[in-house]
Amino acid sequence: MEKAQFQSRWMPYLLLAPQMVIIAIFFIWPAAEAIRASFFLEDPFFGNSTFVGLQNYTDALSASDYKRTAWFTVVFTVLVSLLSLALGMMLAVSADRVLRGQSTYKTLLMWVYAIAPPVAGLIGVMLFDQHIGPLVDFAAMFGWHLQIGVDYWDTGFAMIVVSTWKQVPYCFIFFLSGLQSIPTSVKEASAIDCQSETRRFWTITFPLLAPTTFFLLILNITYAMFETFGTIDQIVKDQPGNSPVTLVYKVFRDGFRGNDIGGSSAQSVILMIFVLLLTIVQFRLIERRIHYT
Amino acid sequence: MAIADTDRLPPATSDKAKTKTKPQKPRSNIRLYDHIVLAIGVFIMMGPLVVAFLTSTHDYVTIHREGMQITWGGNFLETYKNVLYQKGGFTGEVTGLLMTQNSLILGIGFAVGKIVVSMLAAYAIVYFRFPFATLSFWIIFTTLLLPLEVRILPSYEVVQQLGMLNSYSGLIIPLIASATGTFFFRQFFKSIPNEMIEAARIDGAGPVQFFWDILVPLSKTMIAAIFIIMFVVGWNQYLWPTLMTTEEGYFTLVRGIRNIMQQMIGADIPEYNEALAMAVLAMLPPALVIMIFQRMFIKGLVEQEK
Repeated sequence: MEKAQFQSRWMPYLLLAPQMVIIAIFFIWPAAEAIRASFFLEDPFFGNSTFVGLQNYTDALSASDYKRTAWFTVVFTVLVSLLSLALGMMLAVSADRVLRGQSTYKTLLMWVYAIAPPVAGLIGVMLFDQHIGPLVDFAAMFGWHLQIGVDYWDTGFAMIVVSTWKQVPYCFIFFLSGLQSIPTSVKEASAIDCQSETRRFWTITFPLLAPTTFFLLILNITYAMFETFGTIDQIVKDQPGNSPVTLVYKVFRDGFRGNDIGGSSAQSVILMIFVLLLTIVQFRLIERRIHYT
Repeated sequence: MAIADTDRLPPATSDKAKTKTKPQKPRSNIRLYDHIVLAIGVFIMMGPLVVAFLTSTHDYVTIHREGMQITWGGNFLETYKNVLYQKGGFTGEVTGLLMTQNSLILGIGFAVGKIVVSMLAAYAIVYFRFPFATLSFWIIFTTLLLPLEVRILPSYEVVQQLGMLNSYSGLIIPLIASATGTFFFRQFFKSIPNEMIEAARIDGAGPVQFFWDILVPLSKTMIAAIFIIMFVVGWNQYLWPTLMTTEEGYFTLVRGIRNIMQQMIGADIPEYNEALAMAVLAMLPPALVIMIFQRMFIKGLVEQEK
């Protein structure tokens, strides 16, 4: 439907001006600068820069440190995204079915959404602390001596647990609202046709939630890759050493600590390309997404 | 946290009643299962927060000796008074109260700024016909592609060149550059029936009048929902404030968490209680806002999907 519109020679530009100025200064300029810097080798002491072509990219991609970080990022992102999806869905399905106490459960399960990733990280650091952490004692009961900050995968494990914990409420809210928007008639009809609750879930409810699941999957990937910075920063305690980090953390570390501006920019651009691809996939899925209702 | 309202199995009184209630039995089992799942979920989600809060009421020697606590420590007032009023940090200038104030400025400034800027832009895109409408839309759209985290270093340099380090505007404005809000409002404006604008035009209302007298009142719920979401997003910012603010007078609570961590590394016996008290202070306001305006918040959040 065509929207009825106003005609004005200058007003739309005036209305758009604040947004456009902010985008130009704080988005386009830095993004362009990142792309430019990725082709130069900058000398942090003398301030002159030399054009080096793709060397920053080849250097970054061939470094063993980069490969290790990229590998951890993949493992971390896949686990955090899928675990928060699964747990969020499980809780939402149960919350949708109970009659009593639903709003209490909802309120309590949502609470963690409000917590900033670094705050979640700080609480996680305490819970996993060698001296005071109850989770270390708990793991020791099973003979697992968790050593956060010492053992590579133990540290990674803590990051995955804390980051998933932080993201579950988000998935829960979306799944619950998705479940509640399924018409009662559909629910009743399926209940008549199929006795088994489990089978009904996989054949009726789960396909109906598919669009929400795709949407959340993309958001979870973005969350795990970019927004977990605070959590990771808390857990590695500013001294990454042998600890696993994600690619975004490495961009930050190489750029600000290592003063490797060209290399850090090249890594930024690689991440930009990744996000671009992710967005294209997202749009393909939205175009094709099937509405059952 | 306890399963207060777990459904009991239907009582079996007589043989007749037994046969009658039999088909309901699996249903009850499922409800019991659901309550167990939810109770475990609540335990995992809220447990760490309860432990963090209770531990913060103990003194740090006890925590260091005995680990995290699940009882009330009685040191609540002292610890929280220290965190809120005692001057700390490297310069000795910053207090918890000041950081709370900075967090509020960032949260509210970010939310209000984003709403104003994006509402105006969405209004132009939806209600005006002009040559560069599509181009503007695509430029705004591209900002969704690149989160601040991937262009953090050049963003920092730009802000540095503009002399905006250690200022509220440098803290808030670059964060507004992402256009999520514009898409919210664009979507919402498109759902408003055309009759509105036609009726307004017949009555002789111009674009400014239409915006103020019709669009803004119609968007009230939407504005409130976005405000809640953006306030939480702004309050919880970490990486940007960490880079932007080196003067402690501009620290926010979430930014302050980073210093606490650094102080804990050096200490013999870290002040666990004060660190956790800071964490509690940093999470309480956004959590309360979300709890109080729960319905509105969920509505606004879920709207993103559409």
